[in-house]
Amino acid sequence: MADRPSPEVPEKKPSPGFVEKLLQDTKVLKERAIEEAEALKKPEKTQLYKSIFRVKHDESERSRALGVLSNVFLHLHPAKVNRDAVRYNYTWGMGGITFYLFIVLTITGVLLMFYYHPTKGQAYNDIIYLMSDVPFGKLLRNMHRWAAHLMVIAVWLHMFRVFLTGSYKKPREFNWCVGVVLLVLTLLLSFTGYLLPDDQLGFWAVTVGTTMAQNTPGLGYQGPLGRQLGMTPYNDVRFALLGGSIVDANALLRAYIWHCIAIPLIAGTFMGVHFWRVRKDGGISGPAPVMLESEIKPERKI
Amino acid sequence: MGFDWHQLWEVSSAPDNIPIVALIFLIPFFCWMAFSQAFANDRLIAQLESDPQLAKTAHRKNYPWKAGWAKELQTWPYLMRMEFLAAIIVTVILFIWSITLNAPLEELANPNLTMNPAKAPWYFLGLQEMLVYFDPWIAGVVMPTLIVLGLMIIPYVDTNPLGSGYYTWKQRRFSIATFCFGFLFLWVLMVLVGTFIRGPGWMWFWPGQTWDPSRVIYEVNRDLPDIFGISSMTGKAIFGAVVMALYFAGAGYIFHKAITWTEFNRKIYQRMSLIQYITLQIFLITMLLLPVKMILRLVFRIKYVWVTWWFNV
Repeated sequence: MADRPSPEVPEKKPSPGFVEKLLQDTKVLKERAIEEAEALKKPEKTQLYKSIFRVKHDESERSRALGVLSNVFLHLHPAKVNRDAVRYNYTWGMGGITFYLFIVLTITGVLLMFYYHPTKGQAYNDIIYLMSDVPFGKLLRNMHRWAAHLMVIAVWLHMFRVFLTGSYKKPREFNWCVGVVLLVLTLLLSFTGYLLPDDQLGFWAVTVGTTMAQNTPGLGYQGPLGRQLGMTPYNDVRFALLGGSIVDANALLRAYIWHCIAIPLIAGTFMGVHFWRVRKDGGISGPAPVMLESEIKPERKI
Repeated sequence: MGFDWHQLWEVSSAPDNIPIVALIFLIPFFCWMAFSQAFANDRLIAQLESDPQLAKTAHRKNYPWKAGWAKELQTWPYLMRMEFLAAIIVTVILFIWSITLNAPLEELANPNLTMNPAKAPWYFLGLQEMLVYFDPWIAGVVMPTLIVLGLMIIPYVDTNPLGSGYYTWKQRRFSIATFCFGFLFLWVLMVLVGTFIRGPGWMWFWPGQTWDPSRVIYEVNRDLPDIFGISSMTGKAIFGAVVMALYFAGAGYIFHKAITWTEFNRKIYQRMSLIQYITLQIFLITMLLLPVKMILRLVFRIKYVWVTWWFNV
């Protein structure tokens, strides 16, 4: 019986060959790949995306608010603003532009630092090299210079606007003072940068500037009461600023460190306070509804 | 001697002077922007004051308003898009400016070769111009300190509660006039003078005059005591002190008149403490010293008013 093949025996399936198995696996793999690629059309569903952005970014009010509040770069903003506050003819946007220029100056400044040695003799050559050989070096230097000028103008106009809209009034008095400090720091940042190319322009501007310091009453040896208090060219306030009695190597190094490290750190700290206070004092001041003379409340005596 | 266009062009086209040329256009533009809104608000205020019923219901702004509009907008996207737009515009301007115009680089620093004119950075030219009228310890140290302190005390001496958060002129005449005088005339105008008028030797050159380094101006500057024939040092010191005291009294009187000029001004004055009033007066009187000394020097050729053994004013 064994030699008679039974018709009942199910046809023995031939075990799939290697090629067929490969084709089948490929098909499954392909389907999975297509599925995953399709999923990439919605990147906001991916783990990577969720881990970075944390919240949904759809058009619902809640998501929009969270998008601002849970983002470290945007969180200084409130979730909502006065509808007229987005009008540029009220704010002129000068405070924001000032901050943006500070960022531009930081980036171009750091790039410039790669090509610069704050030493006599080397400094000037570095600028020549930067302008003639470094790719985009001239553009870099120009941008740093013009952004600095622009920042000074933006700061002035910001102060002018804040004054004209009475935005320094209660409860924003202290923030106005912080702003004045930032104005001074901006001018000092620009002034300390002046000396760094070590050219005639910077040398004489700093000479003129520090000669004034020499005349500080009591602290400069040329100033009133200076000599009486024991001031000489070798121990007065000008000596402290320049690290010497003339504008030389030490002055260059000091200007460099003030310009690149010390003042940016101080200014950054004050900026943090400035922005924080804008929020804490109730956001930007207006445009507020006009107030009438008849509505002045009697002042509270202390 | 004809109008020297070449000289004018040379000064105005110097790359570092571009921001100052820009200021000539920017400052009037932003003044117009501010004051057109201020006058519009003033008209609105007058309207609301004459119609108390309207004042209760009005939107009280010069911006369009429709019932049902949300009072607040979402920061994203309405504010953020303005900020990004501003950043893009600034970046474009900066790139165009940086591609078309090179930052100047002078010769290597040389202590033996004085630049003529040796000018401070443009934003400090106001202080450098002040050196003409005051000794360096006043122009370079005392005045800058007082400017910074003076700016800081503004919120603490301005007792006017009106005009917070909107442009206005009528409600804040005195403070706005004072600030504009200080900012526009004593600061921005001085920067312009320092840039366009002051040539070699810090001499006064009108626009169109050639900056001739060999020019000699024959002018004799006198001190005020000399005009009155006072020659002894003691006499000069006492005379100067008297003149300064008279100036402080006179200027203080004028400012007091200005502070209490109108009914409204008097109302605000009533809200000031003695400390606030005295602080305000001291800074106002000191600020006025600059234009007074400018006139004395430029018109009457008087250098010092008060000559002493230790200092001169």
